[in-house]
Amino acid sequence: MVTFTLNGQETTFDGDPDTPLLWVIRDAQRLTGTKYGCGIAQCGACTVHVDGSTRRSCITPISTLDGSSVTTIEGLEGSEAEAIQAAWRAIDVPQCGYCQSGQIMSAVSLLQFNPAPSDDDIDGAMAGNICRCATYKRIRQAIHDAAKTLEG
Amino acid sequence: MRNQTRAGLIRAALIATSLALPLAAGAQDRAPEAPAPSTPALPQNDQNQAKSLKSVADFDNIADETERSIAIFQETGKVLLNPRCVNCHPAGDRPLQGMDMHLHQPPVQRGDADFGMPGMMCNTCHGPKNAPVVAQSDNIKSIPGNPNWHLAPIEMAWQGRSLGDICRQIKDQDRNGGKTLAELVEHMASDDLVGWGWHPGKGREPVPGTQKQFGELYKAWAATGAHCPD
Repeated sequence: MVTFTLNGQETTFDGDPDTPLLWVIRDAQRLTGTKYGCGIAQCGACTVHVDGSTRRSCITPISTLDGSSVTTIEGLEGSEAEAIQAAWRAIDVPQCGYCQSGQIMSAVSLLQFNPAPSDDDIDGAMAGNICRCATYKRIRQAIHDAAKTLEG
Repeated sequence: MRNQTRAGLIRAALIATSLALPLAAGAQDRAPEAPAPSTPALPQNDQNQAKSLKSVADFDNIADETERSIAIFQETGKVLLNPRCVNCHPAGDRPLQGMDMHLHQPPVQRGDADFGMPGMMCNTCHGPKNAPVVAQSDNIKSIPGNPNWHLAPIEMAWQGRSLGDICRQIKDQDRNGGKTLAELVEHMASDDLVGWGWHPGKGREPVPGTQKQFGELYKAWAATGAHCPD
């Protein structure tokens, strides 16, 4: 039995301890905003936050998360999340949208650690999130826009 | 149906990656890359025994203590120069991967704390233990993990250096994290992240011998004066 916090709610999982967090989120908890892309931590579509840092949920055994706090796109909140959400909407960042929850989880984490990122900082944070529609330029612009919003 | 969808997504992602306008240098790095400069290969006469380590007693027939110390250190070079170790002691700002020491994918950067960049740090993918990857890839069977997973600081870079240079480097307290010789021996013999090299997870070749043998060799090297090869 693994006990962890999911989007602020205490949650338990009683299945195979090697089950990846992604499938606990999607299949057991029915939170489908977090996406499956590659299954080998190469694309970033499955990104969530674990104890305040980004984590690729597709390769994270649930057994390693006992006592941890997990946040998915559905539970994202706070000033950085609001700024990112507004910036994403303002310039219509997504195209097909499949990778975008992972992109947003990485972008919010970046701003939580670094509220005024440079282009290099953005590249460092986002280089592991692949977008098949190539929305990279809008992603970078939206992160800069969100950072300006946070400046007040 | 689900498998077809997944396969389609992966194909689309790979195609898009090859076509995508680069987000930055990081995105450009997703294209195929040449292997990074490698460390010198083991001497030819060691190749046949590259998967095991000699014991300390195997060096008892070397009468000269300095020569014996150097020979013992050269034996530890089978581990130090192994890509499994050098991959996380890179000379640049990107870790390496695999026995061919290619640049790490995804393109993670060293960062200020040798732990990646905010938003994509080492623990974004590397958890507290090796994690199996089941039926997702022909050549990735597990994701490496350790509670202390991180890159060696740049002053501890081994990539491209000779065994003699590495020997002098790891004795230098300015370049070994301030460790005394005794602390260095203890680190090699007991550190859990060092020990990962012998337990790298499914799909990876471990470094030669055992950490216990490695530690015994280090202790004997220190006891014989900790001399270095040229």
